[in-house]
Amino acid sequence: MCTYITAKVDTEGSGKGAEGWFPLTETTVYFDHPVHASADHTLNIDFRNPDRGAGARVAVELTAETARALATAILETLDAVPEGVA
Amino acid sequence: MSDAFLSTTVRITGHEGAEIEAYAAIAQDEAPRGGVVVIHHLPGYDDGTKEIVRRFGHLGFNAVMPNLYWHDAPGAAPDDAAAAGRAKGGVPDERLVGDVAGAAQYLRSLPNANGKVGVIGYCSGGRQSVLAACSLPLDAAVDCYGAFVTGDPSGLEGHPLRHISPLYDKLPNLNCPLLGLFGAEDKHPSPEEVAELEQLLTKFGKSFDFHSYPGAGHAFFAVERPAFRPEAAKDGWERVASFFGKHLSA
Repeated sequence: MCTYITAKVDTEGSGKGAEGWFPLTETTVYFDHPVHASADHTLNIDFRNPDRGAGARVAVELTAETARALATAILETLDAVPEGVA
Repeated sequence: MSDAFLSTTVRITGHEGAEIEAYAAIAQDEAPRGGVVVIHHLPGYDDGTKEIVRRFGHLGFNAVMPNLYWHDAPGAAPDDAAAAGRAKGGVPDERLVGDVAGAAQYLRSLPNANGKVGVIGYCSGGRQSVLAACSLPLDAAVDCYGAFVTGDPSGLEGHPLRHISPLYDKLPNLNCPLLGLFGAEDKHPSPEEVAELEQLLTKFGKSFDFHSYPGAGHAFFAVERPAFRPEAAKDGWERVASFFGKHLSA
């Protein structure tokens, strides 16, 4: 199904898109049909900068298992950062 | 009658007079024929749905698919435009109706149009097909596994970036025959939600024809996805061709 579920996160950082690096301002996260991945549904993340146009986007489509593993890895990595660094 | 058609990107007048992009398949002879508005699913104006437009051209109809995300990002790559639209919560119902109205007018204006126009949509477009048929003077509508025509989307609460509500208040206004094609294994819409829609359409005295395919779930027409079910898709296409052939003839 088209889930209609979308979360948005204000974002500070940079991404590398089709035309090189650019600053990121927002990220949308949703679970829906992918454009390219070979799955019926995927966890999709768009790292974006709408002020630079719709093409200022870094996109990923991940299987649910991959997305959960990635989320865990992100949190574990952040938790392992020495105090005072992050 | 020739079987030649031209498939091409065109500009049409959409919601509130805005010029939007659309993908069309236009028969190349003068024999009068009906037209079909194709509504793409939420992820966007993509290759798979353009193939469906061409299929309608092959079947002898004129067809057009408005790019529903053109308003959000004119000129952007379709997947980027879909992402921009998604970030705004998707396609507002009012805008969808305006774009389908413009697409229908485009089809009626073609030199070989017979004046009849139908609408078909898949997934989110299934719901939008019913919405359009409840809002516009159309001659036939097809709903392919559209969720939240009936049912309760409250499970989506907490996700404010959405434009979705069921169509209970609009169903009394359905103004053309409706063909519904569903997967018996689908959960959105569930068999219970499809049965509720059947009951309501019966109650309101509407003309409809529903089929649910055993062994098929959501998106069984989608040839490049694991959900593809060839037997259901083959039978479904035959039913769609027959339905539009009947209701879009002059």
